[in-house]
Amino acid sequence: MNRRDSLKALGLTAISTTVLLEACKQPEAKTDVAAPEESTKEAGREQWELDRDKNLKSETFFTKHEMATITVLADIIIPKDEVSGSASDAKVPEFIEFIVKDIPEHKTPMRGGLKWLDVYSFNKFQKPFIEASADQQISIVDEIAYPKKARPEMQAGVAFFNRMRNLTASGFYTTEMGVKDIGYVGNAPNQWAGVPADVLKQYGMENVKI
Amino acid sequence: MSDFQIKKSPTVYDAIIVGSGAGGGMAAYVLAHAGQKVLMLEAGQNFDPRLDSHQLKWPWESPRRGAGTVRPFGDFDASYGGWELEGEPYTQKNKSEFEWFRSRMLGGRTNHWGRISLRMGPDDFKPKDGLTDAWPITYADVKPFYDKVDRMIGIYGTAEGLENEPDGIFMKPPKPRLNELFIKKGAEKAGVRVITGRGSVLTEALPNNNDRAPCFYCGQCGRSCKVYGDFSSSSCLVNPAVKTGNLTVITDAMVREVITDKDGTAKGVSYVNRKDLQEYQVNGKLVILGASACESARILLNSKSTSHPNGLANSSGVVGKYLHDSTGASVSGFLPQLMDRKRYNEDGVGSVHIYSPWWLDNRKLNFPRGYHIEYWGGMGMPAYGFGGGVAQMNGMVPGRDGKMKEAGGYGKSLKDDYRRFYGTGVGMAGRGTAIARESNYCEIDPNTVDKYGIPVLRFNYKWDKDEILQAKHMQETFLSIMKEMGAVVTSEIQGADTNYGLLNPGKIIHEVGTIRMGDDPKKSALNKYCQAHDCKNLFVVDAGPFVQQGDKNATWTILALSMRTAEYILAQKKKQNI
Repeated sequence: MNRRDSLKALGLTAISTTVLLEACKQPEAKTDVAAPEESTKEAGREQWELDRDKNLKSETFFTKHEMATITVLADIIIPKDEVSGSASDAKVPEFIEFIVKDIPEHKTPMRGGLKWLDVYSFNKFQKPFIEASADQQISIVDEIAYPKKARPEMQAGVAFFNRMRNLTASGFYTTEMGVKDIGYVGNAPNQWAGVPADVLKQYGMENVKI
Repeated sequence: MSDFQIKKSPTVYDAIIVGSGAGGGMAAYVLAHAGQKVLMLEAGQNFDPRLDSHQLKWPWESPRRGAGTVRPFGDFDASYGGWELEGEPYTQKNKSEFEWFRSRMLGGRTNHWGRISLRMGPDDFKPKDGLTDAWPITYADVKPFYDKVDRMIGIYGTAEGLENEPDGIFMKPPKPRLNELFIKKGAEKAGVRVITGRGSVLTEALPNNNDRAPCFYCGQCGRSCKVYGDFSSSSCLVNPAVKTGNLTVITDAMVREVITDKDGTAKGVSYVNRKDLQEYQVNGKLVILGASACESARILLNSKSTSHPNGLANSSGVVGKYLHDSTGASVSGFLPQLMDRKRYNEDGVGSVHIYSPWWLDNRKLNFPRGYHIEYWGGMGMPAYGFGGGVAQMNGMVPGRDGKMKEAGGYGKSLKDDYRRFYGTGVGMAGRGTAIARESNYCEIDPNTVDKYGIPVLRFNYKWDKDEILQAKHMQETFLSIMKEMGAVVTSEIQGADTNYGLLNPGKIIHEVGTIRMGDDPKKSALNKYCQAHDCKNLFVVDAGPFVQQGDKNATWTILALSMRTAEYILAQKKKQNI
């Protein structure tokens, strides 16, 4: 069955099929960060949105050192495992560079948090965070990754790590790699027939009716 | 010599409609199909869901991964607009915090709305408690139009026989999702009725319509639908009306005022073109406002003349008053039973699969009227913010080894937690009746103009104890449902200090009532056909005419009333009364 036939089998009409075949095309670029593009015209976008994106993409916020630190942290938060790659495999640092410009409230807490991390690392190990050994890095992360048990004086680090963890998850699970990992299988034309029978049975919901 | 001029068109249209949302779209549809030559002015730009929708895009196709930075409901949402528009301010009085959402686009806010399509009931039109003024019309007056709207546009649901939640002409409803079955069970234990949702999404082919295709269950109605499987004014009303050859649409036309003759009759509309910033004037035998409750009130109040010194249709002084938006409060959390759940596509429709209509007797309560409950949850498409709560949730329930662990973390164990918690989310929100009060209003701010030089609105709005106590009841009910379904609450528990989570007025985007109808010209701006008491060839077809909104979302009633008004216009024209 080719794609057109399978769409027909789903009960879609000729007009929807044509529109959907177009809409279902995966974007050509496999990169996980939208490539900088000409902001001339795009369907469904106001011109000011396109101009704004273009401006944001032309700016650079983080320094090389900051980006390297973000990369180490992101990969500590989401490392490669048997299911999927790491945060940096999914270009999470590049996403973070964009999003702090897009949502400027992130800028100071991120910059300041990275600085806090380096100062803490320097006081403890006489090295900035990225030059500390893997074990040393993890020992610092252990002090800021568990909000409830962290020592009160680590609160600035905890707040930074919370933000860094959230941005990393946002950046990772919104890529093709992350969506596959988490198992989201929607965003495709289908006929919704309700909860599968085995799942209803698993939760004892066979007899629940709305 | 200045080159400033007002470009006047010699054409006289049968009707000029301001606004292309549900109200303006329906009026245009009816009039254009009846052969009337109609001009529609839309303040925003053109929008056609078939071409402009972001439906079926993946999160990585947005550089901000769907975050709501430029569009409040996310980067793929079908709204050119928001609560703040560049160069188009509004102001507040007495520390009001009214929030006014505007979509500047063909079809207006119908492009992104929730498609929850509820009829107001007999008690909503004629309240039994005497607290608010009755409408000059009854449910029986509107029912035939609700019926026609159902058939024309399409709506799913189930006949329930509830008196104040009238049944419509329904297509088959979507099946419930797994979390919705948990909700049903839990809510029943908590004494709350749950019924099938009612949404304007085509779950079946629409008879005699070749432009719209049935829903294919992507759950993305908020992005607008490329196959026109749901209701947007652009796809279902305006485009078909244009096809008759009788409707002309001018976009980017920001209306300044309605022009009246010496005898006070409306003769046209003046507007500024947002693109070339030139001034235009167009003429019509009728003017129909459908710019939204607040924008239409603004136009009327700005249309001052010697015959209408208080603003057009405002000899009563009620224009702008009785503004009310639905109340809203919510609770969210997760269902530990659903951890490690099987993956499958449960996108469903983009409107509600289930809801709880108001179920209690107010005689036993300390607040009037009521609210309905909308529910959400499940395995949605990841977007910015994904996994945000996992680092707290993983400290609330035992891990894989059965032992409690410390909230937070990183690495492979955290990555495993993101998977375990995916799809466990559940939440609910109330949408309730806010009382229409004369003291809640919008008016012209004499000191402020927008970038087009049009005086802007200033809001004065305070929640009263009626709404606050209702929000308190919502919170208690939601927590009880969450408990009965075995959910863990993760949202903050709201108390008196935050008015029980009651959102700012305007936040639910159901604002209505600013140009209310009534039999008494001293107490209302419009008669029961939405015709101005003071100006017989002026009509209002948005939510301005609402006397008192029920807890039902406004759109289906706007559509029914606009159709009723348009048919009245045709009948009056035939009798040569207008």
